[in-house]
Amino acid sequence: MAGKTLYDKLWDEHVVRQEEDGTALIYIDRHLLHEVTSPQAFEGLRLAGRKPWRVDANLATPDHNVPTTELKGGPETIEDPISRIQVLTLDKNAREFGILEFPMGDLRQGIVHVVGPEEGATLPGMTVVCGDSHTSTHGALGCLAHGIGTSEVEHVLATQCLIQKKMKNMLIKVDGQLQPGVGPKDVILYIIREIGTAGGTGYAIEFGGQVFRDMSIEGRMTVCNMAIEAGARAGMVAVDEKTIEYVKGRPFAPTGELWDRAVEHWKTLHSDPDAEFDVVIEFDGAQIKPQVSWGTSPEMVIDIDGTVPNPDYESDPVKANGMRRALEYMGLEAGMKATDIPVDYVFIGSCTNSRIEDLRAAAEVVKGHKVSDRVEQALVVPGSGLVKKQAEEEGLDVIFKEAGFEWRNPGCSMCLAMNADRLPPKKHCASTSNRNFEGRQGAGGRTHLVSPQMAAAAAIAGHFVDVREFL
Amino acid sequence: MEKFGRLTAIVAPLDRANVDTDAIIPKQFLKSIRRTGFGPNLFDEWRYLDVGEPGQDCSNRPLNPDFVLNQPRYQGAKILLARENFGCGSSREHAPWALKDYGFDVIIAPSFAEIFFNNCFKNGILPIVLPEETVDQLFREVEAQEGYMLTVDLEAQTITKPDGEVIHFEVDPFRRHCLLEGLDDIGLTLQHADEIRAYEERRKQEAPWLFLHLREIAEKYNQI
Repeated sequence: MAGKTLYDKLWDEHVVRQEEDGTALIYIDRHLLHEVTSPQAFEGLRLAGRKPWRVDANLATPDHNVPTTELKGGPETIEDPISRIQVLTLDKNAREFGILEFPMGDLRQGIVHVVGPEEGATLPGMTVVCGDSHTSTHGALGCLAHGIGTSEVEHVLATQCLIQKKMKNMLIKVDGQLQPGVGPKDVILYIIREIGTAGGTGYAIEFGGQVFRDMSIEGRMTVCNMAIEAGARAGMVAVDEKTIEYVKGRPFAPTGELWDRAVEHWKTLHSDPDAEFDVVIEFDGAQIKPQVSWGTSPEMVIDIDGTVPNPDYESDPVKANGMRRALEYMGLEAGMKATDIPVDYVFIGSCTNSRIEDLRAAAEVVKGHKVSDRVEQALVVPGSGLVKKQAEEEGLDVIFKEAGFEWRNPGCSMCLAMNADRLPPKKHCASTSNRNFEGRQGAGGRTHLVSPQMAAAAAIAGHFVDVREFL
Repeated sequence: MEKFGRLTAIVAPLDRANVDTDAIIPKQFLKSIRRTGFGPNLFDEWRYLDVGEPGQDCSNRPLNPDFVLNQPRYQGAKILLARENFGCGSSREHAPWALKDYGFDVIIAPSFAEIFFNNCFKNGILPIVLPEETVDQLFREVEAQEGYMLTVDLEAQTITKPDGEVIHFEVDPFRRHCLLEGLDDIGLTLQHADEIRAYEERRKQEAPWLFLHLREIAEKYNQI
C-alpha cells in the first residue's frame, strides 16, 4: 500500500463520520472569525436557538473594516456608519456567545490570518477554517486550512464540524535556489501564472522541494495564502524544525510535557516518501524572476523584464477576449515593457505580505531613498498590532516615514478597500496584496500584484523596476 | 430553506471566463449584516454606469445598456449561463445571496470555483457543470433565439431544450437530496452529535494540546 500524503494524514485524523458516497463529517480544531462574514451566521444561531458547540475553539478579530488611521476612540468612532455597525456587531456577538476576541485597540488585533499563527492559535496538524478564502495561509504550519462561506461559519459554530468531500492531492515541487531579490511572492505568482487560476481546483496543494524547505515560515504563509488564487482551497507545507521553532513560546502553544508530546506528533506531519499524488508539477526555482501582474486575474503575470502579452497570439478565444478586456481596463498596450508601467499608488500590506519579514524586506530596499514625486500615496499597513510594535522597535517605521510612506494601523486596508483606504479610478497601484480583480482595491482602480521588495522599488522609481538592480 | 422544484425559465448568457465574486457583488455591499437585499447590486460595476454605494436606491441609477442583464430580452431570467471558473476569488456568501435575490435559481458553467460552488447549494441555487462544448452550444442558441428557455429538473437530473433535446447532468446525491427536500445541514449534522462527542473524547486523549482553553490563557497572558 502506498504511503500517505500530508493531506491524507490531516484528513484521516479529522474524520468524525464517513458516509458511503464519500461525504464525511470533518472535525474543526480552530475557527477564526472576522466582522464581514460572521454576522449572518450568529443571527442564524440566535434564530434557531443554538449555541456554539465549543466556544474555546473560536477566536475573533475585526480586520476588513478597521480604519488604519489613528482613531480618537474605539469602534464607535468609526466614521463610515456601515463599517461601524459591522465592527460593533462582531464585538457584541463575541460578548454574547463568550468567544475570545481581540477587538480594535487591543495590541493583538490585526488581520485574522496574521493573528492566528502569531498567537499560536494556529498549531501544526489542526484543521483551521474561517469565513475568508485566504484561510489557506495557515497551511504553512502543516495545517489543513481553508475558507468557508457564511452558512458553513454557522455550521462550524453550531457543530464544530463541516460536511466535506475529500479533495485530490497535488504536489507542486520547486527545487533549486531562488535568485537574490526573488521571494515567496514571486514564487507563488509564477506558479499561478503557470498553472492558471483554476489549475488547483479540486485539489489540496502541497508545496514541496528545496525552495520551500529553505523558505521561512512567514514566506510559506505568503505562498499558501495565494493557493486559493490558483483555485485550490487549501495549500500546505510539511512540518519541519522551522515550523516547530516558529510555534515555540507563542501564547496559545502548549508548554511543558504537552509541548513534547505535540512536537513528537508534529514531526510525523509530512508526506511519506512513497506517497502518491494525483498530480505532480515541478518548477526550477532558479529560473524564477521578480514577477508583476499586468491584468485583472492573478494568472495575468509577467517577468519584470518581460512585456505585456498580445491577445492576438492567444489561440483560445475566451482567453483572448479576457485579455483584451483586461488590457482596456488596465489602460495598457500589448507589447509594452513591464518597467514602463507607471505607479501612482503603493500598498504594502494584506494577509499575503504584512508580516515582519515583509516589512523588513521592503524597508531594506527603501532605506536611504525617497518615494517618487509621481506617487500620490504610499501606504505601509502592518498585519497586526504586534507586527507594528515589533517594526517600530526595529526602527522600520522611521525608514518608511523618512522616505515618504504613510505608516498605518493594522487591518486589511487597501487590499479590498472596505475601509477608507481606496485606490481611485484609473490609478496604477503596486500592491503586495493577492487579487488584481476589477475594482478590488477601489472602483476602476488598476492593481499590479508584486512582492514587498518590488513594491518598495516601484515606489522609489515611480514605475515598475527590477528590484535586483536595487540590491 | 425552500425546496428546489422543477423550473422552466429564461436563460441569460454571461460570456466571460473567471467571473470573480468581487464582480458578482463588489465589496462595498458586504457591509450589510443581513442575508437579503443584495439583488439590486448584483454585478454592480458592470450593470450601472455610476459607482454604487450601499443603501442607495438603485431604481434611478444609470444602467449600462451593453450589460447583458440590462437587455430587455433577458428580463426575468432565472438561469444564468456562464463560462469557466465562475465564482472564483473571495469566499463571500454574499455572491450567491445576490444571485438568488436577483432571481437566479440555476447557474450553468463548464466549471466553478469550489467555495462558491458549495455556497450555492447552501442557498437553494443549483450550479450545474456541463462539458465545454455543450456550454458553447447553449451560448450560441441563447444568443440566436430571443425568449430562449430551458427546463431544469433536479429530480431527474435533466435539462430540456426548447427543441426537446434532453441534457443529463451530474450532481452530488447528498446535495441533491438536501436541495430537493430543502434540508438544513446543521440539523442533519446534529443528528450525529453523539459521534462528534465521542470523537472529541478520543482526541482529548490523543492530542490534548488541541483543546487548550483560549480564553483562560489569554487572561493569564494579560496579567503577565
